[in-house]
Amino acid sequence: MLVYLLRRLGQSLFVVAAMAVLVFIGVYAIGSPIDIMISPDADQAEMEAAIARLGLDKPLWEQFFIFVKNALQGDLGRSFVYSTDALSLILSKLPATLELAFLALLFAIFIGVPLGMIAGLKPNSIAGKTIMAGSIMGFSLPNFWQGMMLILLFAVIFKLLPSGGRGETVEVFGIAFSFLTLDGLSHMLLPAINLALFKTSLVIRLARAGTREASLQDYVKFARAKGLSQRRIVLVHIAKNIMIPVVTILGLELGSMIAFAVVTESVFAWPGMGKLLIDSIQLLDRPVVVAYLMLTVFMFIIINFTVDMLYCLLDPRVRLSEVRA
Amino acid sequence: MRKSTLLCAVSLAAVLASPAAAQELTIGIAAEPSALDPHYHNLGPNNAMRRHIFESLVLTDENQRLHPGLASSYEPLDETTWQFKLREGVTFHDGSPFTAKDVIYTVCRVPTVENSPSSFTVYTKAIAGMEAKDPHTLIITTDGPYPLLPNELASWGVLSATANGVTGDIGFSRDGCTGIDSYPKTEAFNSGEAAIGTGMYKFGEYTRGEKIVFERNEDYWGDKAEWATVTFRPITADGPRVAALLAGDVDMIDNPPLQDLERIRSEGFQVSQGLSNRVIYLHMDHEQEPTPGVTGTDKNPFKDVRVRQAVSMAINRDAIVERIMGGVAVPAGELLPPGMFGSSPDAKATPYDPDAAKKLLAEAGYPDGFGLTIGSPNDRYINDAQVTQAVAQMLTRIGIETQVDAVTASTFFARRNKFEFSMYLAGWGSATGEMSSPLRALIATKDKDKGYGGTNAGRYSNPDLDALIDKALATVDDDKREAILQEASKLAMDDFAILPLHFEVTPWAFRKGITYVPRADQYTLATGVKPAS
Amino acid sequence: MTDTLKATETRAARLRPHWRATPMARFAAEFADSPVAVAALFVTLTLGLLALFANFITPQNPYDLMQLDIMEGMQPPGSTSFDGTMTYHLGTDQQGRDMLSAIIFGLRMSLGVGAMSTVIALSVGMSIGVLAAYFGGRVDSIIMRIVDLQLSFPAILVALILLAVLGKGVDKVIFALIIVQWAYYARTVRGTALVERRKEYIEAASCLALSHRRIVFRHLLPNCLPPLIVVATVQVANAIALEATLSFLGVGVPITEPSLGLLIANGYDYMLSGRYWIAFFPGVALLVTIVAINLVGDQLRDVLNPRLKR
Repeated sequence: MLVYLLRRLGQSLFVVAAMAVLVFIGVYAIGSPIDIMISPDADQAEMEAAIARLGLDKPLWEQFFIFVKNALQGDLGRSFVYSTDALSLILSKLPATLELAFLALLFAIFIGVPLGMIAGLKPNSIAGKTIMAGSIMGFSLPNFWQGMMLILLFAVIFKLLPSGGRGETVEVFGIAFSFLTLDGLSHMLLPAINLALFKTSLVIRLARAGTREASLQDYVKFARAKGLSQRRIVLVHIAKNIMIPVVTILGLELGSMIAFAVVTESVFAWPGMGKLLIDSIQLLDRPVVVAYLMLTVFMFIIINFTVDMLYCLLDPRVRLSEVRA
Repeated sequence: MRKSTLLCAVSLAAVLASPAAAQELTIGIAAEPSALDPHYHNLGPNNAMRRHIFESLVLTDENQRLHPGLASSYEPLDETTWQFKLREGVTFHDGSPFTAKDVIYTVCRVPTVENSPSSFTVYTKAIAGMEAKDPHTLIITTDGPYPLLPNELASWGVLSATANGVTGDIGFSRDGCTGIDSYPKTEAFNSGEAAIGTGMYKFGEYTRGEKIVFERNEDYWGDKAEWATVTFRPITADGPRVAALLAGDVDMIDNPPLQDLERIRSEGFQVSQGLSNRVIYLHMDHEQEPTPGVTGTDKNPFKDVRVRQAVSMAINRDAIVERIMGGVAVPAGELLPPGMFGSSPDAKATPYDPDAAKKLLAEAGYPDGFGLTIGSPNDRYINDAQVTQAVAQMLTRIGIETQVDAVTASTFFARRNKFEFSMYLAGWGSATGEMSSPLRALIATKDKDKGYGGTNAGRYSNPDLDALIDKALATVDDDKREAILQEASKLAMDDFAILPLHFEVTPWAFRKGITYVPRADQYTLATGVKPAS
Repeated sequence: MTDTLKATETRAARLRPHWRATPMARFAAEFADSPVAVAALFVTLTLGLLALFANFITPQNPYDLMQLDIMEGMQPPGSTSFDGTMTYHLGTDQQGRDMLSAIIFGLRMSLGVGAMSTVIALSVGMSIGVLAAYFGGRVDSIIMRIVDLQLSFPAILVALILLAVLGKGVDKVIFALIIVQWAYYARTVRGTALVERRKEYIEAASCLALSHRRIVFRHLLPNCLPPLIVVATVQVANAIALEATLSFLGVGVPITEPSLGLLIANGYDYMLSGRYWIAFFPGVALLVTIVAINLVGDQLRDVLNPRLKR
């Protein structure tokens, strides 16, 4: 067990190191940020001075060495554009992305599960077929176009909801949140729906499959035989059982949701991490891009590592085969 | 429970408090400054924002003409010596009086700013010596004749020496001043601690990405500010910015997208627009042969003035202005809009004449044209890639089969500076508001020591033009200098050295009840927002 | 476990006569079970033909600048060109492109990029997956580690960064799509191949001392194809959607050869001002394409994978 754990830990560290090299070289290759950051008035001499101030005149390996040295001390560099610590800049945008992702997650569960159960209980009814057709649409609708159509409908034509931005925020423990104000909530609604749609389709499919499986299980048959109402069977016995896979999958999908927020945040001008990434790529603010990617790599590695550990704990076969390999 | 009730109350109050309430002004801005440090980043949004807190010796009006600022008057004593009489009775926001020492302190600080992505030394390096004859008389010397000194002194804001801990005298030297222990860091300005100037507004609050708040300076030396509180909210995406205005969340926005102006007006809002100092131009490769973006010939066609003229004639500038820019632009016949220092009233855009263009092309030895790829940014200037595509259409019509290579600005500039384009579209805003700026940067022969041709990626070189620019930059007399600049501009235009397309017109949109006078420098300043009479 | 086994056996017994008839006919008949899938297949094929013959059927070639005129820009649907020779059924964009023609050409770009990247990613992933399964051991575990790692990152993020590094261009988009897709195939093939590898015919081939190459490519691979076809169909749709998203974010195909995604992105700026058609119609085309392909893929999965039929 310990051997396996150590081996996985070693692998994870190796991956972080490999990704650091790849990411740094990749971002380095995009180009020099100096051309867009410097004032057009600057002459050749000032240009060179600015390059030196930002440390861009050093060779690649030296820049990488400095980056690694600082990264080991938890410093992922300073934003060229904002002259602040890149990591804290990203973390300052994290709450906005997280609150959006969580609201979307709630939508996915509270819309997806009931619909999926209906489709699972009555697979051949019109409702069931419509729901499944809808879920295919949900899978197929390109995220950004769907977002634009939401804006067109609710912001431009009906003028019910704002087309973008974060709206009024309230500070709790020094962190600004939108969901605590009416205005903020109204701003969150469309982007959250946009972000939720794909996951909702996924949940519908999971819930449908789970419901169909569960309704054939003995304990459900037994409950029915005992004379429990259909309502109680569905709401208590079946629902409880399908929630486990749904929540597991969604937990794993939270990472990809944050990644997909790049698109939603761009469409709705939501000032989160994804928007920051896109802006930083455009401005070639290298330290921010590198820090964002390293943070993402780190996050996924931790998720994967945890999942693997859990499997290992739960399933001795994995453990044995891995140790032997 | 208590907490949530409180939150509700707070949010309710926030909803009820209308930004339209008297004395308060909220402005949605398209580009956020990267810091409140006035000397950190020489960039439009930063330069606009600092003007609320920090003032300069010389001020510029909406047409970038110079006016006395913290200096009540100034004059050249001889070719290399200038005398500035400083305004008396001016105080900084902390109450300390403004004197010549503060100006010297500021010039000392400019080169020391850490991590500056674009330094203000371009505007201070001409200063060879500074001396305070008395607290309100400043003598500045330059190495040679330097007529642009007042323009450059308008480009940076003055800090307070006392507020930053200087007690004794300051000895000025280009290599490092004496009498100063340390300079404030950029962060100190962002937190407000060091944001102490003489400006019409005082620092209020600054949260990056959220808002910048200014308070009225009640002790201002001139006319007091119209608004007790001004809030700038960065809303970088166009759609949401317009939506914020229409919803009444903000009183005013800058850079509304041209395609939305109609809608903004139809919903009862107002738009003011004025010519900017920015010209959109096409530059051509004058150096490489063969040139990378041209196919179908081994020669570089753009070395032939007839081809350059043909290209200029093939472009229907009126159509671009009308269809792509929605009428919100002015066809350009020069690099600086009419009315600005050094422009000629009789400079007209090349008339559209595709037939003559074809003839010229044939004369130059390209009866069947050639293949061309135009480089262009797609997110830098108003509708930039659209304009390039329109130019491509028009050139294709006279036989130059044209492709568009439109990329994001960062990639574009990097590739342009490596001379990868045979023709490219770009823009130039004249920071000094006079003709030497575009001439020197865009078409003067590249010369690192003189600081010429910094953005001349077409590598145009014409000794006659260089000589005229040299002469203009050594002429302190304004009238004589303007005449030389006009001559230089005409020389370049007659040689089709560079092809100006149009001048951008900058729009601002705001609610009824306020007005804004458009500024050529495209700055959005709360100091210029007035209640409508 | 035994229940499933029994069920499979009975089903196999029931199916046996069909097998003997001809596999193709059985396949077609099962596919035709669902009228929706048949309709989707029809739509997919029609779209494919439209894309293939775009040059001959569109009223205008939107890539040919000679045919465009900015003076004709932003005409609403149904307007007539100034010289009266053509009607813009779906309007024009800001460059004066006929939207109908632009959509058909955009469809060609989208389908082309999707299909091309899928075919290459399929070949690459398939080869790697089969090798992993056939050799097993260390080779397998290294390959599968890489695959797992790749799959743990969201495709959109990987492609976005790749294209930011590579720059714009159709070839670069295809390359990025291959990079984010190959791992799916590798994993699918490996799974199937592991099962196939233990079957007698492979053992027989080994006993005959056939070369590794011959066993892998002549015997093992063909038997792994059915699940791959399913994955590939769905992946074509995913690739098209991903390409559209990348183009929308500004890192996709060049502006002069717009795909459906780029057409939508162009229209985004004009949406708030009420010129909805520039973004709306390409979006509908994109949606129809992706839904049709997904429906075909769904049915293919049901037909090719008897275990899923309940």
